[in-house]
Amino acid sequence: MATIGQLATRPIKAQQNGEKSPASIAFLVALWAALAFAILCLLTLLVTSFIDGVPRLDSNLVTAYTSQIAPERGGVRAAIIGSLWVIFVTAVLAIPLGIAAAIYLEEFADPKRWYNRLVEVNLQNLAAVPAIVYGLLTAGFALTIGLRRGVVLAGGIALALLILPVIIITAREALRAVPAEIRQGSLALGATPLQTVWRQTLPSAIPGVATGTILALSRALGEAAPLLLLGGLVTIRFDPNGLLSGFTTLPIQIFNLAGRSAEEFQQLAAAAIIVLLAMLLLMNALAILIRNRYQRQW
Amino acid sequence: MSTRVTARGGSPAAGAPLGGGGRLPKVDPTSLRRQSPRYGERVAMGVLGGAAMLSVLVTVGIVISLLLPALSFFREVSVSEFLFGTRWTPRFAGQESYGVLPLVTGTLWTTVIALLIAVPFGLGAAVYLAEYAPPRVRKVLKPVLEVLAGIPSVVYGFFALTFVAPVVLEGLLGIDVGTFSVLAAGLVLGIMIIPTVASLSEDAMSAVPSALRQGSLALGANKMRTTLRVVFPAAISGIAASVVLGLSRAIGETMIVALAAGTQARMVGGPTEFGQTMTGFIAQTATGESTPGTLSYNTLFAVGLLLFLITFVINMISIRLVRRFREAY
Repeated sequence: MATIGQLATRPIKAQQNGEKSPASIAFLVALWAALAFAILCLLTLLVTSFIDGVPRLDSNLVTAYTSQIAPERGGVRAAIIGSLWVIFVTAVLAIPLGIAAAIYLEEFADPKRWYNRLVEVNLQNLAAVPAIVYGLLTAGFALTIGLRRGVVLAGGIALALLILPVIIITAREALRAVPAEIRQGSLALGATPLQTVWRQTLPSAIPGVATGTILALSRALGEAAPLLLLGGLVTIRFDPNGLLSGFTTLPIQIFNLAGRSAEEFQQLAAAAIIVLLAMLLLMNALAILIRNRYQRQW
Repeated sequence: MSTRVTARGGSPAAGAPLGGGGRLPKVDPTSLRRQSPRYGERVAMGVLGGAAMLSVLVTVGIVISLLLPALSFFREVSVSEFLFGTRWTPRFAGQESYGVLPLVTGTLWTTVIALLIAVPFGLGAAVYLAEYAPPRVRKVLKPVLEVLAGIPSVVYGFFALTFVAPVVLEGLLGIDVGTFSVLAAGLVLGIMIIPTVASLSEDAMSAVPSALRQGSLALGANKMRTTLRVVFPAAISGIAASVVLGLSRAIGETMIVALAAGTQARMVGGPTEFGQTMTGFIAQTATGESTPGTLSYNTLFAVGLLLFLITFVINMISIRLVRRFREAY
């Protein structure tokens, strides 16, 4: 039998079990390859869209309407304005509702009650319902209340329902990150629970809530599927100008243009993609800025 | 003196005379119970609770709005013809056939191909980020994956149609695919859900207590063994949930398959064939003229209902799995 001294001086078999064994190295290389593949795909996607679209990055792109006859001089002006309108309606509908629901669930709901648990499971499920189902829902809803389908309001409702679960989930995370001492201090000084939320918890959570909300809105900005069912796939040659105005959005126009075989349409689609990605980048940058600037470490 | 201290800056309630107590309601000064009813707060609480309950209403709304048109669809087409029929030609005047299986095979092919891409690459990236990456590398790479997750699906669709199919598959790999194929759509779909799989399973693996790792390392296992035999099994339900969620997203994704998989429904037998998926059918039919109340309009909702039911079951499995993984530690 080997003594402890013999065991301690016995060399470890690096070939079989050490960090430098062939299997270990192959494993690490495979992990590297997986990550590199994801990043490579991202780069390829960005570079190819950019190369396709750059020749069309002119002023016509944002000032002209889509043209069937001369696509090489057409633009996506109506789609950009339509996207802004729809996102505005989405934000107005989804942000207050989402934050209110998050406050209720995080601050007041008793998780032991069956209805609160139902809401929890329901939210998780809603977050994973296919986007196009929200289009079907809104189409049915619009029909019931007699709203015309192809209008900004209908599009905004569909996208608001789509991102509502996302806003609620991220807002809850932000509220949860506020330390309990802040609430307790406020309550100890005599504030009611609602005053505590309104004056202490919510203001402390605002950076996190804002970041999550902006990211959810950027998802809505890029989403096309539900709007296809709401009559968004039309060629519009005017600026959408109100809740009941006809509309189209950038992602839908990209879908429309990409589906056509003529080269000019594809180029215009790629240029529109650059515009869309630039808008998304702007929103993401804003979210990161808010996160880095205002988020407190407790 | 029995002035009531309210939360409003510690001042007495508005209108209550100070000190005298002449017309103050009779209250027990030692009671800790709230002494003004605060109707406004009750209303506010009701609004907050109502906002939360709205989410349940949305689900009910989805079910009703899908079910009613679907029911009138099934009054004209039998359920068994819908579920087991192998011809889907709702737009062939005179020869309409409503067998949904071609759409299901289309969805199945794109989903399986997507998972074949997303699971190995997503898990590989997750293992690297959770177990191997130095904190600085991780801080840079995680946002990169988030960017990948933030790109709109229509952009992925354009990528599949104009680059992956003609340049990568036909040009680089020499695979004979046409403009549309479930292969191109599935590949890009897989790339799209890599971040979903990666970020959720990374969370699951990061949640494994480091004592388990240290124990394994102390017993002489190297890092690879520790990762594969200790961390991975401990995080398995979270990892499974990430895969299931990726599956649900792959089934429900619309824009990529609408652009790249094809616009004609047929039984798909191989990856290089074209075909239509359930979501692709809804997208294509919705863009045409469809009048509410007609059979072609109701068809949308029947397919939508099937799609919703499939993803609902999958989501419930995923929620179950996540709950198990949360309870583990």
